[in-house]
Amino acid sequence: MFEFANPKRFMDLSGQLLPWLAAVTAVTLAAGLVLGFLAPPDYQQGDTVKIMFLHVPAAWTAMFAYGVLAFASLIGLVNRHPLADVAAKCTAPLGAVFTALGLVTGSLWGRPMWGTYWVWDGRLTSFLLLLLLYLGYIALGNAIEDEVRAARACAILALVGAVNLPIIEFSVDWWTTLHQGESIFRAGGPLIAGVFLWPLGLNGIGYTLLFLTLLMIRIRTEIFERRARSVLLLEVMR
Amino acid sequence: MSDFLAMGGYAAFVWPSYAVTVIGLGGLIGWTLSSYARAKARAKALEERRA
Repeated sequence: MFEFANPKRFMDLSGQLLPWLAAVTAVTLAAGLVLGFLAPPDYQQGDTVKIMFLHVPAAWTAMFAYGVLAFASLIGLVNRHPLADVAAKCTAPLGAVFTALGLVTGSLWGRPMWGTYWVWDGRLTSFLLLLLLYLGYIALGNAIEDEVRAARACAILALVGAVNLPIIEFSVDWWTTLHQGESIFRAGGPLIAGVFLWPLGLNGIGYTLLFLTLLMIRIRTEIFERRARSVLLLEVMR
Repeated sequence: MSDFLAMGGYAAFVWPSYAVTVIGLGGLIGWTLSSYARAKARAKALEERRA
């Protein structure tokens, strides 16, 4: 894995991979969108089930992104690998957007189904905390000018914040909540009918691929920016 | 068609969900691509000037 973490090799490999990744992402999201609109109304939730196709993938991806952020931060901290620091830095704004989308769509789903846009229960509060962690991470990175010191401080924040991931995951078991429990990845199989599972699964994969595509582009952006900076630095030193 | 738009009476919740998702993800894609193009052009220009 670390042999691909050389910036030069990363640029070559990601340059070749990107068009394919983007194409598969677009096809998956388009298929998920169409199947979502074709799905019949749920016998209890009516057409609000269509919000699930947006809400659940956004929330999954928001948590997956935090896993990536924490993992990259760990590698950056332990192995002092600059590309891991870059990957972590580039993950945060993406994760923040997916988290915000999960919160807003969840709220729009909660109003008709629960009778309220918001409730301070374990799942919703811990998920709001996820957004605050992302925003805090971004703010901390912007507050420290030195690149290496910023990366180290951010990595520590990211790792401490990782404790929130299991809290989000198990919040629906630990505390009473309006939010439904795990209904897909459970022993005994999913509790959701196939007509709903397909668009949900496709969007879940599509959102994850979109996150990975955008992450790859953002890492490339950061590498270009650092290359530009090093050229300028060389000119100043001459 | 109007049945589809009505979303079984839940149009006021379903369509804003799709709108906010399209705006959020579309904005994220647009921002990512534009800053990529800018950074790439700048790096190439500086490296060429130096070479």
